[in-house]
Amino acid sequence: MSEAELSADPLNIVVCGVGGQGNILVARLVGRSLAKRGYLVTIGETYGASQRGGDVMSHIRLSMRRKYGPLIPPGCAHIVLGLEPLETLRMLVDYGNPQVAVITNTRPILPVTVGMGVAEYPNYDELRRAITKLSEQVRFVNATEIALDLGSVRLTNVVMLGTLIGSSLLPVTAAQVEEEIRQRFSKDELGPILEAFRQGLSSTRAENRASKPSGPA
Amino acid sequence: MSALTANAAGKTELLFGNEAIARGALEAGVKVAASYPGTPASEILEDLARVAGEAGLYAEWSVNEKVAAEVAIAGSFAGLRSIVSFKHEGLNVALDTLCHVNLAGNKGGLLVVVADDPGGWSSPSENDSRPVIQWLNVPLLEPSTPQEAKDMTRWAFELSEQLGIYCVVRSTTRVSHTTGSVILGEIAGRDTPAHFDTSKLFVFLPIVDKHSELLAKVEQAKETFEKSPFNYYEGPEQPELMIVSSGASRLYCSEAVECLELEKRVGLVHLGTTWPVPAKFLEKQMTRTSRVLVVEEVDPFLERNLKIVAADSGWLTGDHLIYGRASGHIRPVGELPPELVINALAGLTGVKHRSRSKEYDRKAKQAAKDLVIGREIMWCPGCPHRATFFTIKNAFRLDGRDGFVSGDIGCYALDRRGAGGYLITKTALAMGSGTGVGSGLGKLGQFGFNQPVIAVCGDSTFFHAAIPALINAKYNKSGVIVAVLDNSATAMTGFQPHPGVGVNAMGEAAPVIDIENLCRELDIPVEVMDPFDITENTKRLVDLMKDGEGVRVVIMRHPCALLRAPGEKPPFKVRVDASKCRGDECGCGRYCVRMFKCPGVVWDKTTGRARIDEAVCVGCGACASICPASAIVKEPVE
Repeated sequence: MSEAELSADPLNIVVCGVGGQGNILVARLVGRSLAKRGYLVTIGETYGASQRGGDVMSHIRLSMRRKYGPLIPPGCAHIVLGLEPLETLRMLVDYGNPQVAVITNTRPILPVTVGMGVAEYPNYDELRRAITKLSEQVRFVNATEIALDLGSVRLTNVVMLGTLIGSSLLPVTAAQVEEEIRQRFSKDELGPILEAFRQGLSSTRAENRASKPSGPA
Repeated sequence: MSALTANAAGKTELLFGNEAIARGALEAGVKVAASYPGTPASEILEDLARVAGEAGLYAEWSVNEKVAAEVAIAGSFAGLRSIVSFKHEGLNVALDTLCHVNLAGNKGGLLVVVADDPGGWSSPSENDSRPVIQWLNVPLLEPSTPQEAKDMTRWAFELSEQLGIYCVVRSTTRVSHTTGSVILGEIAGRDTPAHFDTSKLFVFLPIVDKHSELLAKVEQAKETFEKSPFNYYEGPEQPELMIVSSGASRLYCSEAVECLELEKRVGLVHLGTTWPVPAKFLEKQMTRTSRVLVVEEVDPFLERNLKIVAADSGWLTGDHLIYGRASGHIRPVGELPPELVINALAGLTGVKHRSRSKEYDRKAKQAAKDLVIGREIMWCPGCPHRATFFTIKNAFRLDGRDGFVSGDIGCYALDRRGAGGYLITKTALAMGSGTGVGSGLGKLGQFGFNQPVIAVCGDSTFFHAAIPALINAKYNKSGVIVAVLDNSATAMTGFQPHPGVGVNAMGEAAPVIDIENLCRELDIPVEVMDPFDITENTKRLVDLMKDGEGVRVVIMRHPCALLRAPGEKPPFKVRVDASKCRGDECGCGRYCVRMFKCPGVVWDKTTGRARIDEAVCVGCGACASICPASAIVKEPVE
């Protein structure tokens, strides 16, 4: 029932962010919609006690051939979806390579040590430059601003999901992911969530020239 | 109907590892399920409890893992398929019962699921359960994927019933917390009524005879394992190197072979049943080669057992070698991520490997060094534990006798994290140990010990293991203060209910065990404080420490900040009065951010003053009492 060849097999996607941003939900919605298309899907989640403000990452691995382990080997990501820019850079340091496609939110979430004055958040322009140096295909998205305009910062993850799907990096259509969202949420919650997803999609539609991801075999 | 209970054999669903274990139990017709919360095992019982009604089973959060095991054992004695699940630390608690029920035997299929945490992502240790299970001498299965987790769970019930011995499925974080495609099986329609056959005895006597029976059962299990489809070989007929692996490591091994293009040179033995060791199966595989690499987490458990098989069979000669974590070819501690397997395999086969260019590596390292800072975890904004520990720290300082906290397991252990904690917790061992160690310290006065000790435990921990230690302190007249940090939740593991909260695992109303009344019944002086009354509580603790006689309990009661309902108004509006905060000119050395360390109070560089971060502050008001210049103001929210 598979609909399209993967641009790489396994196709390795890192979704990262800060505890509470809804990173795991994004990974599961992506994974579920692709599993329905017949791909073998593995999602590994690393969070420890991170609901208390730590960094969180999910590794999604897609294959037509066999099941892969829950951890992507270093240097082998094809896509990094970052819900927070410092976390995007943290993941590129470990999993990046020149061909990795990056979609990242622009709005920082300050580690608590920054507020306390014992650590400094990196200068945003330098952070942006470092991300661009580590990937030839970067898309910066003001997802938090879009979410806030829609009424809640909590919609940021769904805006980013929309951007990922709109970028055509994955063999799944917006309608297929939307179906997954409809199943996951109750009718009362759906309105703003679907709107966030669509805004994420349209944020890419105008400039959708991204090529298929590729990376090390 | 959820994916858990749908009778849709053959359908593929994407399941979380622990969900797959729950599904396996449901397919086997499980009727009794018990557990105590602990990451990464908690979701197994959460899932079973959620569908208890529609699936016709009984599920409970027990007071601790030993009782949970006994509740499941009871179900099995009465003929019902029963499951107990916990993390590796829980196995230690349940051990006293588990090392006798293997002798006593069981009737209905009885399954113990233990979820280990290599690397200790959310645990106080990374202990490997497998050597303990070998010592218990019961059949052990190690799934590598959610699919195997489901299939092994289901099958282990049958094996247990057939042999009259319980089985263990050992998961790890990378199996329990991995989501993967699972082909569902049929849900067994089992409607055995519960009945205890009084013509049977489930006891450990006569001991030597029972021991012999156990050995015979394990021998039978071994025969079954020799032919089990969970053990198999993949690779060339005669590889130059053979990898033997179990659990999630199995997938990293296949990937390492693929990544290094060693398909024609390296073979893989996947072992799903790891105790008793299927010796004949392994002997047969080992004749293929002269070099074996064992890949497993965490201890060299298979590696050592494989060496025994190799020695017994005569395989182990001068040029036949076994490598692994004991031989030093893989580091002996920590989780085993794929890169370590790739590196070990590359080293042993002489293949060069580089996933990206040196130039990229250099750029990545530079970026990490210049820009990437850590994200420390710490108590949440508005956490009552912060206020409690701040109070205790100040009380120790005022007392002046070098007091310290005897710590325990829960969110309050975050006191040991430097960025957000106060580091007054000087000992932390196991559930309930804070009170036990405190009880011992409180008896050292005759040897000149004069330091005040405050033992802490959470409310769930109090019920789990602190009660016997508290009674011990009372009985033996130990001079110790026990602070019960009652936040109305098993917060660290995800808010599972416990005997103090009035609801059970299946969401039904339940009697509340009142900690205060319990202490009064034990004739232990007890007082209840709101942790946010920092000034008054500090004075009271200083007085309690002066009067060092006997055990005394203080209950620090305030619900966990994360329990507040969405949309619920904060109790206070907190702000910094700019006319009173003098910034760095004050001489306090930024006391609020440096000493209290709540993420809601931040230092504003542009104004050189403290500021409340409204996006973070939850309005608990605790910080209003800490500013030496009284510049932090709290106003009740109407």
